[in-house]
Amino acid sequence: MRIVFKTDYVQDIRPWKDRYQLGLYLALLALAVAAPWLLDAFYLGELTNVLIWAVAGLGLMVLTGHTGQASLGHAAFLACGCYANIILLEAGLPFLLAFPLAGLVTGVVGALIAIPALRLHGIYLAIFTLALSILTDDIIVLSEPWTGGVSGKYAPPINLFGVMVDRWGTPAPFYWLTLAVVVLVTLGYINLLRAPLGRSFIAVRDSEVSAQAMGVDIARTKAVSFGLSCMVTGWAGALMGLFAGAFNNETFSVVISIQLLMMIVIGGLGSIHGAFLGAIVIGFLPQFLSIAKEWLAPLTGGGSVAIPGLEFGVFGMILIAFLLFEPMGLYGRWLKIRTWFELFPFYRKDMFKRQKTYLRTERLK
Amino acid sequence: MSLLAVEDVTLKFGGLTAVNRLSFAVDAGEIFAIVGPNGAGKSTVFNLISRFYTPQSGALRFDGHDLLAVRSSDVAALGVARTFQNIELFDHATVLQNLLVGRHRHRRSNILSEILFTPAVRRQEVENRERVEEIIDFLDLQPYRDKMIAGLPYGVRKVVEMARALATDPRLLLLDEPASGLSVEETSDLRWWIEDIRRQMGITVLMVEHDMGLVGQVCDRVLAMADGAQLALGTPAEVQAHPAVIEAYLGHPA
Amino acid sequence: MEILQLLISGLANGCVYGLIALGFVLIYKATEAVNFAQGDIMVLGAFVTIGLTNAEHMGLPFWAALPVSIALLAGFGYLVERLLIRPMFGQSQTAVVILTIALGFVIRFAVGLIWGHDPQTLQNPLAGRDLALAGLVLGLEDVAVIVVTLLLTGSLFAFFSRTRLGLAMQAASQNQLAAYYMGIPVRRVQGLVWALAGAVACIAGILFAAKGAVDPSTGLMGIKAFAAAVIGGFGSLPGALLGGLIVGVIEPFASRYIAAGYSQVVPYALLMAVLVFRPHGLFSQMRSKKV
Repeated sequence: MRIVFKTDYVQDIRPWKDRYQLGLYLALLALAVAAPWLLDAFYLGELTNVLIWAVAGLGLMVLTGHTGQASLGHAAFLACGCYANIILLEAGLPFLLAFPLAGLVTGVVGALIAIPALRLHGIYLAIFTLALSILTDDIIVLSEPWTGGVSGKYAPPINLFGVMVDRWGTPAPFYWLTLAVVVLVTLGYINLLRAPLGRSFIAVRDSEVSAQAMGVDIARTKAVSFGLSCMVTGWAGALMGLFAGAFNNETFSVVISIQLLMMIVIGGLGSIHGAFLGAIVIGFLPQFLSIAKEWLAPLTGGGSVAIPGLEFGVFGMILIAFLLFEPMGLYGRWLKIRTWFELFPFYRKDMFKRQKTYLRTERLK
Repeated sequence: MSLLAVEDVTLKFGGLTAVNRLSFAVDAGEIFAIVGPNGAGKSTVFNLISRFYTPQSGALRFDGHDLLAVRSSDVAALGVARTFQNIELFDHATVLQNLLVGRHRHRRSNILSEILFTPAVRRQEVENRERVEEIIDFLDLQPYRDKMIAGLPYGVRKVVEMARALATDPRLLLLDEPASGLSVEETSDLRWWIEDIRRQMGITVLMVEHDMGLVGQVCDRVLAMADGAQLALGTPAEVQAHPAVIEAYLGHPA
Repeated sequence: MEILQLLISGLANGCVYGLIALGFVLIYKATEAVNFAQGDIMVLGAFVTIGLTNAEHMGLPFWAALPVSIALLAGFGYLVERLLIRPMFGQSQTAVVILTIALGFVIRFAVGLIWGHDPQTLQNPLAGRDLALAGLVLGLEDVAVIVVTLLLTGSLFAFFSRTRLGLAMQAASQNQLAAYYMGIPVRRVQGLVWALAGAVACIAGILFAAKGAVDPSTGLMGIKAFAAAVIGGFGSLPGALLGGLIVGVIEPFASRYIAAGYSQVVPYALLMAVLVFRPHGLFSQMRSKKV
């Protein structure tokens, strides 16, 4: 059993609980920085992919996990960030300017879309964003002069402090670039959550009426959340574009939107950890499945035949299992395990029990 | 001069008149109760003051401000805080976080400084925390500080909701049925708290309550309502003895 | 003449959208859940029927296979409610939405695994026959689709407004707790609603597969039907059908008279406009929450 004695309010305000926890996260960061020397090029690429998904997950987590607004259309903002970044690069802007701007542009676009969209509640917002995501494909095709339409665009190699950074040519610098974005976004996110704005997000998520009575401007808070969420998602999109090298109107399809939302649900809604855990599941599932298929091939008698849709099928089953048995996601499961060890031997089975209530209708009468 | 003035307010939902030409005024430093049978429009009066509803006619004034000119989210900034009949807390947050949301109207930082968590934001957070701790001490919430709302018993949630309202540093506190669902002991705690809220914090209290025992013990004046209109207004004893009130509760004597 | 032809084929397509939309609305009305897997359940219904009747599969007689596959899908709907939706009791609408999306993925995967990924058509007695009517040549399938849809919507409407069970379903949707207190077995009613939605999806699938080919990813069309349900007003059965017809008719006309790239855009743009500009008008049941 570990007990933390608190002697100062700053102890509650700073992001880590005690030195032990701080040390743990610093060690993790050190390990992440050292990854290019520990992994071969293939797994480094996979890790980069996971980190990019984590950024996208953090973006959606702000909106869905902390503000309670489900979006089924965030691929649209991935696309927005991706295209904005490349278009700005092609216009001759240096990467260090183009990349932040791509996120800002996406954030502003998101906030503008949010103004009409956030009058909608719950599933209606999900439907609206879903339609937005479907339209993105057509919008990209229709605005061909900028986006290259169906034939798409190629990401140029970028110059960062004199180093050419390219996903294939120089995987290590590209990985570090991604890691830097991840770390900065995560730190900003942590800060936000311990400040008034982050709390007002949670307030809007849990009870709009009382948030309003506490002086939180609901519409403004939601728009800010949407804007921040889109900004981070835009950065993720920009990284995805650079990572993929080539992309067109079908790269950021509605399926990506759905996958992103499912990812943060599996990871655990309402926690930063959840975005990372979900990204790990998304990133390594294909590898895991191909390994599993090789293992199973002798048993089933079939060779390593590609089964179309297998990934999504398995992904769907994992998600259903989580929603039924662990609605708090992987992070929720981890919290339970951790609490079990911390409180050993005093852990009780019903410690995390949720109250089951009759549906609180979102309709009036 | 009265702190809150409700002047000739009428609110209709379609054909139903929820509040009918209601007028009353709450003086600064007063503990004022609204009583009445279910459906009399008591909570609706609160929702009017919170600006969740806009009346068809009449005026609402708080401390010289025209309440009808401000939006719902700006009412708190004027110094009005409230609780809800069916507790409306932020269920998936801790007690501490709930109370800190109450400090939202004192926010001086902006998005950028919060994302960078500048020293000014840190100072503001420490100030907020100090104020919240005073309220936690006042309402004996220490054991629950880091607990999630979703796992707390009903009685504690009621107290947390009151604490959250107090964390806004209001001048007027609206309590919507503070004693409903509480045990006898909890109700007697509540009684002392309400008196201390006025005495120590100098906050005016307006409450909707069914427990006439509590109302008689703590309130200076009582407004009895039925069908959205005033039945009687006066001291608790006067109102309880008023023939129209007795009739509204017990029916017409044969 | 061309306009009439376009109109009829649009109406027939719209009917299929409308039928899927009916499934959405049925479930939404009774349980306030939104079933994003409805399109995939329709595809499942289509493939079950194809598997039963088509010569290359089991080759059962067409009219014998229909009731069997409808019953199977009703059972499937009931099981989905019993095994997946009921344990979600008390969780948010959004969680249920995500669950049904995941269910759609799983169904799509299973259908592909069992029946393959090639487009298949339901062999049926009406195939390829035309109906010449006052100079118009109409596919008999199109006519059948329209007739069946109208009959089905009418009988569902009557069911909800006339029968005890239908009224109980409505009551359960308005206020679960109150319905429970009034002695309505809320949970069983919800199971029946899902069964009904499964059956309706199966009929939609049969009509769709008779008109043209289906493949496992056809289920994504459910999103278009979803647009139909929203446009028509989420709370009403005739509204769902109407919305389906609007979307169905707009599509061929948009691709005929507006630039080709825009025809796909129109239904979704319409959906977004409806959501933003008429969020209350079209959803009469949506109002702010009471405190």
